Amino acid sequence: MIAAILQAAGILLFIVLLAALLTWVERRLLGFWQDRLGPNRVGWEGTLQIVADMIKIFFKQDWTPPFAEKTLFIAAPVIVMATVLLGFAVVPFTPTIGIAGNLNIGLLFFLGATSLSVYGVVLAGWASNSKFSLLGGMRAAAQMISYEVFLGLAVIGVVMLAGSFNLTAIIAAQKHLWFVIPQFFGFVPFLIAGIAEAHRLPFDLPEGENELGAGFHTEYSSMKFGMFFVGEYAGIILISAMTVVLYFGGWSGPLLPPALWFALKTGAFIGFFILLRAALPRPRYDQLMSYGWKLMLPLAILNLAVTGAVMLA
Amino acid sequence: MFIWSALRTSWLTFLHLFHKTETVRYPEQKPKLSPRYRGRIVLTRDPDGAERCVSCHLCAAVCPCDCIDLQKTAEPDKYTPDYFRINFSRCIFCGFCEEACPTSAIQLIPDFEMSEFDRQNLVYEKENLLIAGTGKVLDYNFYRVAGIRGQNENAAPVDPRGLLP
Repeated sequence: MIAAILQAAGILLFIVLLAALLTWVERRLLGFWQDRLGPNRVGWEGTLQIVADMIKIFFKQDWTPPFAEKTLFIAAPVIVMATVLLGFAVVPFTPTIGIAGNLNIGLLFFLGATSLSVYGVVLAGWASNSKFSLLGGMRAAAQMISYEVFLGLAVIGVVMLAGSFNLTAIIAAQKHLWFVIPQFFGFVPFLIAGIAEAHRLPFDLPEGENELGAGFHTEYSSMKFGMFFVGEYAGIILISAMTVVLYFGGWSGPLLPPALWFALKTGAFIGFFILLRAALPRPRYDQLMSYGWKLMLPLAILNLAVTGAVMLA
Repeated sequence: MFIWSALRTSWLTFLHLFHKTETVRYPEQKPKLSPRYRGRIVLTRDPDGAERCVSCHLCAAVCPCDCIDLQKTAEPDKYTPDYFRINFSRCIFCGFCEEACPTSAIQLIPDFEMSEFDRQNLVYEKENLLIAGTGKVLDYNFYRVAGIRGQNENAAPVDPRGLLP
């Protein structure tokens, strides 16, 4: 029991530190992709940059604007970070490492946890009581609710093939063939919805730096902002890990130990997320909506229907 | 279609991982400055070693940010400045002073490493500005060609129209 609690705490701490490290990794990679070097001064090649950033963000003034709704203003970043970390509870990292990788409703739990994180964003936008934050929160609500729909529909194909919501069982079902091949048209909507869930570019309209200031977290500073930030990067890790678990066989792979396989696959997806930020422009708001409802939702439903037909045939 | 263009642009961006970076790692790696780079301002001397500046105030007049201050010496028949002061915290390195100078006294050289911790230290006096050499213009002596007052008191004045290009 105590060992399990310690393992859970260790995993969550590792995730948070990894999310902090990711801020540096992202800046470095964006630098290389724009023919720059990125932060390379603090420590060897900039590896201690996150330490410097953390010291800075911890010592910033923790300012709550007088016009904000105080309780919700403070609760919002907690909700975002807590729900994202909650999602990690069901991710099986290796056969032995994982908080509740064997949960029989693992996938549903993941969907539920990620759905809750929209509350954090929306409440942040509303409680800040400023125009930019409100617009950001409003966009977040519309975007995340509409993308949530086909996020759920896309993974149903996997559940049908594996016959289980248990993530460990889903990995076991991919022993011979990764689900990305039979479920390719489920994988694409899942990945796109995942990017939108993590509100990363090109779907970062809730933040929309050059039109909304910083969107829903315009009024936040210091560690409250830091929690949004860490929550966002932990969200990237979560979506990447879930993509690997659902479509790329999780920890399984030849020769190398399972943990390393999982890290490699997840790392590749994290890199892909950062590449999208370096390459793609942000769509207009109505384009984002019509893209979700008119293209991705029918695609996910069609994938579902074809999967069902093939299974019955 | 949007999706193909998105994939293509992602791939092209990814290839930039293997390109050479443009960044110059400054303190360790010096940037390449062109010979006519406009950096720190100096006051030069003519080939004979005398000060070129004749205190005409044209540089101070043309300076868009009014960072140059100078005054002619009170001694008769002497035109060198009594003091010559440039406030580099205001200077924008536009090079107008160099263009305006009739004697090529004031020149901008390719040196930009002049940061200071104290703002006062950015005000350069004449002894900080004056250099020993002729700078970029090697063999120009204003008095030889201007026809005002050659080195020889008895020489005939130079015909200014004869100097026209």
